[in-house]
Amino acid sequence: MTRLDFSCRLRWSDGFQLDATFAAGDGVTALVGPSGSGKTTVLHLIAGLLQPDEGRIALDDRTLTHTARRVFVPPHRRRVGMVFQDYLLFPHLSVRENLRYGQRRRAPQGREFDHVVELLELGELLGRRPGSLSGGEKQRTALGRALLSGPDLLLLDEPVSAVDDRLKDRILGLFERVIREYQLPTLFVSHNPQDVQRLADRVIAFEAGKAKSLPDATTSPTSHSKLESGL
Amino acid sequence: MQHWFLTPDEWRAIALSLQAAVFAVAITLPLGVVVGRLLARGKFLGKSLIETAINLPLVLPPVVTGYLLLVVLGRQGWLGRPLNDWLGVRFVFDFRGVVLASAVAAFPLMVRAIRLAFAGVDRRLEQAARTLGAGPVDAFFTVSLPLAWRGVLAGCVLAFARSLGEFGATIVIAGNIPNETQTIPLYIYGLLESPGGLQQAWRVATVSILLAAAALTVSEYLERTRGE
Repeated sequence: MTRLDFSCRLRWSDGFQLDATFAAGDGVTALVGPSGSGKTTVLHLIAGLLQPDEGRIALDDRTLTHTARRVFVPPHRRRVGMVFQDYLLFPHLSVRENLRYGQRRRAPQGREFDHVVELLELGELLGRRPGSLSGGEKQRTALGRALLSGPDLLLLDEPVSAVDDRLKDRILGLFERVIREYQLPTLFVSHNPQDVQRLADRVIAFEAGKAKSLPDATTSPTSHSKLESGL
Repeated sequence: MQHWFLTPDEWRAIALSLQAAVFAVAITLPLGVVVGRLLARGKFLGKSLIETAINLPLVLPPVVTGYLLLVVLGRQGWLGRPLNDWLGVRFVFDFRGVVLASAVAAFPLMVRAIRLAFAGVDRRLEQAARTLGAGPVDAFFTVSLPLAWRGVLAGCVLAFARSLGEFGATIVIAGNIPNETQTIPLYIYGLLESPGGLQQAWRVATVSILLAAAALTVSEYLERTRGE
């Protein structure tokens, strides 16, 4: 059992304010809501790429951020993997070197290179540079790179928003396989109800910087979540 | 045909210039990378003040730059005196003075190119590296610097060329001592002061033009092929 506790306040200079509290656990948690509602900000806060004005983020018994106690674990020590919306593959490195980047630094146990390459069908791409990859190929490489860094928690920022419908089905299928196989607690930002229905065990809705757990209506049949109370 | 070939004196002036330029670039490069990156990414108090200070040698009369260096690092200067007394390091009438003057004159050009290079690298790539377990220094050396290297190199080449041309600050702090502080511009200046010098100066002047043109070509090429 993994449990993520999130409670943060953050005010931007343009007046937008995030003030959200929620809990998530094993399985896939979807963060849904209109763009600008704070979903991506939440991922950045969890990954340690942003600091809240006030708040606390904990993954099981590890406190990642706690402003009152002046705790802030830097991103490279969080073991939180992130797949960015536009992938952010390193353009000067081959696919192989991209995949090895995190693996080399975190030396995870049991999550082997060859297995991930096979699982995500990356074998043909290893020698290529990201610049020559299609959207779907970049997507798979970015997921593989995050997986190989041995994360305790996986963050996906609109993972399929940039690929066309035909490819989307295949990529969502791959995501499902990976998440189930690695039993990785996953937070997944989306604004597409169908994607959410397919992947998510529970849903947290964002509206103008506030979080709210939704009743189980949209969750998949494999759901094993108890509804976390949001606010 | 002796007329066409460089004399030993001329060779010495050219060699001295190249040496001074190499040293000047080598010494300023680490600082140039740090400052260039800071200016490209950082938001901090006094940023525009630092920018002005760095760019000042671009527009200041070089003689004034030399004067300021003399005030600070001269034998009676507030930094020059302890350096001389305790470490025996002196800049006045010394090859070190040539390197120093070249470095100060070339620094703004170097920083400008390096800053542009880092500004052209998506900073989120470093964030991605951080989530993959790389510390800030690690992410800088494995992601940002390799992506900015062309601009960094272009900055070095420009700084090198500027160093070769340094005259005003050099003559103030290092003087014009053949074989010790007499670089190409100072050598030509010396020739022009003696009778018949105008006819003799053309060989070194040609070398100077060729070096400058080569440096410009290389830096232009590096800038043009950036991101390829």
